[in-house]
Amino acid sequence: MKANRVLFALVTLIIIGIVVCNLRTRMSRLTTSEIIAIGALWIGSLPPLSPDPSNQYADDPRAATLGQKLFFDVRFSANGKVACATCHVPELNFQDGLPLARGIGTTTRRTMTVVGAAYSPWLFWDGRKDSLWAQALGPLENQEEHGGNRTYHAHLIDEYYRAEYEAIFGSMPDLRRLPRSAGPGANFEAKSAWEAMAADDREAVTRIYANVGKAIAAYERLIRPGPSRFDAYALALMDGDAAAMQAAFSPDEAAGLRLFIGKAQCVRCHNGPLFTNNDFHNTGVPTVAGLPIDTGRAQGVPQVLADEFNCLGSYSDADKNHECAELKFMIGEGQELIGKFKTPSLRNVAERSPYMHAGQFTTLEDVVAHYNVAPIATIGDSELEPLHLSESEIQKIIAFLKTLNGRNDVGPRFVRPPK
Amino acid sequence: MRKHIRAIVLTAGVVAVAILIAVVLAMLVPGPRVIVPMVTRNVSPPAELDTSATRMSSSGLYRVSFTSVIEPIPINQIHNWTLHVETTDGHPVNDAKIGVTGGMPQHGHGLPTRPRVTQHLGNGYYVVEGLKFHMTGRWEVRFDISSSARSDGVIFSLLLQ
Repeated sequence: MKANRVLFALVTLIIIGIVVCNLRTRMSRLTTSEIIAIGALWIGSLPPLSPDPSNQYADDPRAATLGQKLFFDVRFSANGKVACATCHVPELNFQDGLPLARGIGTTTRRTMTVVGAAYSPWLFWDGRKDSLWAQALGPLENQEEHGGNRTYHAHLIDEYYRAEYEAIFGSMPDLRRLPRSAGPGANFEAKSAWEAMAADDREAVTRIYANVGKAIAAYERLIRPGPSRFDAYALALMDGDAAAMQAAFSPDEAAGLRLFIGKAQCVRCHNGPLFTNNDFHNTGVPTVAGLPIDTGRAQGVPQVLADEFNCLGSYSDADKNHECAELKFMIGEGQELIGKFKTPSLRNVAERSPYMHAGQFTTLEDVVAHYNVAPIATIGDSELEPLHLSESEIQKIIAFLKTLNGRNDVGPRFVRPPK
Repeated sequence: MRKHIRAIVLTAGVVAVAILIAVVLAMLVPGPRVIVPMVTRNVSPPAELDTSATRMSSSGLYRVSFTSVIEPIPINQIHNWTLHVETTDGHPVNDAKIGVTGGMPQHGHGLPTRPRVTQHLGNGYYVVEGLKFHMTGRWEVRFDISSSARSDGVIFSLLLQ
């Protein structure tokens, strides 16, 4: 009789178990809007790069070749040791893995990757530049980075790259009578020499300098992200291929993706195929002891408006009446800008520690834990709200983030100095 | 003996089904408000959300409609709209001063840009430049319209995917 009772209980439990399991799998199927959200993150939805109207050489292969040489050329620095590639290391996803960038000295922010940067209307963590070419000109004259100045750089172009330069940009003016070092930057001697130069000479040098940026930008436009395991999952999902989905993602990774686009709300800002909206947000990231107060976008806005290399400036090739919409319709002032920093792309994020604008967090655990708690901002107002994620949910999100690793879509000849 | 086992299995099956039915019925006690989000978990738009591109202004002075130069309205891409303003009896309003604001009411933030009406094309048509939406979800775009000293506002709701 006892055996009968055991059998009865067992069969009852098995039947209930089967029904409940079936219901659960049915419920865990992705909804239509989840599938749309995942499809929007798929790398295949990345459009071809639009032309940059402010840079007429942006898609000129000769400019890209020259730009690549300049990108790796350490002569364009005060100590002959710093090139763009010093901080934007090709083997490290075009960043340096350091909390604060190191050139001649140490800066106050983390190096951002070059990968996919051409898609962003704003450059740097605070968006103080509005094009890739204008961005490239910042570090070249920054005393903590390359430590150079524009007349010095113009002389180098004249001495080492004259033929290539002239083939793209036209004839090189005579620079022999100009000082070796002169520029409007922070260096006192170079600044005095710059102010002593005739306006025409300053204009001619600045024109060469702008062209240096345009060549580097033409090269950087070729550095794009490549597909990751996530993209294989997204493609399988859109094809309705359950086997390929299971082959691409573990259950934890799939659950992490679902949290990413759902409960954890990561996708609000990390959206689109580059996992960034390229906009600015205050997420209450802690300030760093010993660094000056960083107000982010609030200090980037006046700088980009005043930048002689912006889209509306005289070195821009854009039709100022019909282009430069991002700059023209930018939010130009207000409390809301304080403490906002640019959303970085999450492609290859697991290979890009430390995180945030001054490398405040070492691990992805630290990052997700920060978003989960949503602490009050030290500067401005944080946009975050607590997420109430469990430890296991945090781990699933991290498992998902690790599926975003993938080889960049850059030809091998573009990741080293050209011959 | 086999007959005996079959009887047990059959009874177990009936009991299992009865338990499942009882659970489902018990779920009705807390009501669909609790159960529906548990099952669907999808944040669907409120059924009453009107996302039409033609609306009456709030005091009923103007009939306003918009068309986006890029359809469907893109995410993360700055673009223009054309706005048409007419009176309730269908006369185009040609002297309107129009202000543009907006944001995501559920997130408590505004637009990421400062769009403006930059041109009057005639016949009640206006160009709105500099619109951008940097997140998916529900957005509102508000136009404050004043003409011949009569002011009124209209809010368009968008649901972007």
